[in-house]
Amino acid sequence: MAEPLSNLRPSAIRLTGLRKRFAAGGTVALDDVSLDVAQGEVFGIVGRSGAGKSTLIRSVNLLERPDAGRVEVLGADLLALDEPRLRGARRGIGMVFQHFNLHTRRTVAENIAFPLEIAGIPRAERAGRVAEILPLVGLEAKRDAYPAQLSGGQKQRVGIARALASRPRILLCDEATSALDPETTQEILALLRELRDRLDLTVLLITHEMAVVKAVCDRVAVMEAGRIIEQGRVFDVFTRPAHATTRRFVAEVIGHAVPAGTVARLPAPTEGQERRLVQVVFAGPNSTRAVVSEASRDFGVDINIISGRVDEIAGEPFGVMALAAYGPAQRVEAALGWMRALGLEVTEIAP
Amino acid sequence: MSWLTPTMQDLLLEALWQTTLMVGASAAIAVALGLPIALLLYATGSDGLRPTAWVNRPLGLLVNAARSTPFIILMVAIVPFTRLVAGTSIGTGAAIVPLALAATAFLARLFENALREVDKGVIEAARAMGASRLQILLKVLVPEALPGLVAATTVALVSLVGFSAMAGAVGGGGLGDLGIRFGYQRFMPEVMATVVLILILLVQGLQSFGDWLVRSTSHR
Repeated sequence: MAEPLSNLRPSAIRLTGLRKRFAAGGTVALDDVSLDVAQGEVFGIVGRSGAGKSTLIRSVNLLERPDAGRVEVLGADLLALDEPRLRGARRGIGMVFQHFNLHTRRTVAENIAFPLEIAGIPRAERAGRVAEILPLVGLEAKRDAYPAQLSGGQKQRVGIARALASRPRILLCDEATSALDPETTQEILALLRELRDRLDLTVLLITHEMAVVKAVCDRVAVMEAGRIIEQGRVFDVFTRPAHATTRRFVAEVIGHAVPAGTVARLPAPTEGQERRLVQVVFAGPNSTRAVVSEASRDFGVDINIISGRVDEIAGEPFGVMALAAYGPAQRVEAALGWMRALGLEVTEIAP
Repeated sequence: MSWLTPTMQDLLLEALWQTTLMVGASAAIAVALGLPIALLLYATGSDGLRPTAWVNRPLGLLVNAARSTPFIILMVAIVPFTRLVAGTSIGTGAAIVPLALAATAFLARLFENALREVDKGVIEAARAMGASRLQILLKVLVPEALPGLVAATTVALVSLVGFSAMAGAVGGGGLGDLGIRFGYQRFMPEVMATVVLILILLVQGLQSFGDWLVRSTSHR
């Protein structure tokens, strides 16, 4: 298995001990949050609304100033910078927004040129850069359109192009796909991944949709009540979620709850036998073994497959099955123990 | 149409010109002064780019004071100031001073509201891109608010046409003054009706032009 990117490449964004409280006595948005995003990775932060993820991403370019902690971006300590230097640092950090935040009275080309304009880049050079970026996001034909004439997906492409105009090394995505339909979301996510590869960007994104994390992220952190409760490689977090909240998030995407009606229709165990309902997660080196037939043959138990699906997360195969195992209590236990020994995750499902 | 003598025609034309001059000049001054005041009010407001209560409060109070003083009272109250600026307190030129003052206060508030209408997200995006406060004001807020600013100016122009009718009180002349002197005091209802008709056409014209300008500047 490949080493996590974070061990191989230097840090792009390093947040240490961030704290933020809105209004004295109010809710704590950030409660001692530390995060390290490696250069070139796509890092996702997932959480419900109010978990503090928006405050966290806005702390990276200091749109929100934390009360305490350290914000380092590409080695620069942003909280130590004076106003003009901070503005300079922000030019190296692109940001994409949920509601696009485009200028309604500027055309597509003029919107994309805006960050260059405020950086004092001459008109001719701006036009050249805009002409370079438009094909990257597939909007050559729309250069003179106004935002009101574009679809949501096209607006977000303009937002991305604008964020990349001043050649930032880092891209922050604040719920960038939350206002888009599922199909457009996948398009935009594919575009983000492509741009990451092509431009060697580091992407930090926040979302409340686990599907976004699954589609595009290398690593993920789960936030709740201003804290990061779990983080790791997307595959690990999806296959072995440690925290209850994470499990709920994961279930949204690879849900495998067994309907109560299905369980009720299963045959009852015969005399001297027992029935165990389990969920088995197939991941890791033994995920391709014929586990069910081997267990049935070697342990003399009957296994009824109730549900199952195969998926791919961060490019790695992954399967999940709900099984009903019938047999003498000891043999069933031995069979399940053998599965666990193979590195599969076996959890009891409440009948 | 026996009342419409060549003399009366000249009087009407002169009055129209005086009204146009008073409204146009005071509106131009009000836009020039009102926009900076509105930007200052917006920027120093509690959710502005740099909240500064000691600027915002007194300025807001001043604007409100000017707005709440009835125009006819404002006009006579600032006579010494008018004399200082215009050299006289009588005539069309002198009437422009109180008109401009009242319109400035009026427009400053309307402009401030138009600026507030600008989507906060666009401002935040500009901040994220490293824009300075001045750049946000001039390159984001004013351009994005332009249709709203134009609409506010239209409202102010229409109000100014009404205010200018009172300028007769300081010898400012204009259509309103003509209507009072001939239509009312000399019992010439035809003159009054003509004056009112011209005023209606003037206001309609201003409103239609303003609406067209709003439409052609917004790209929503």
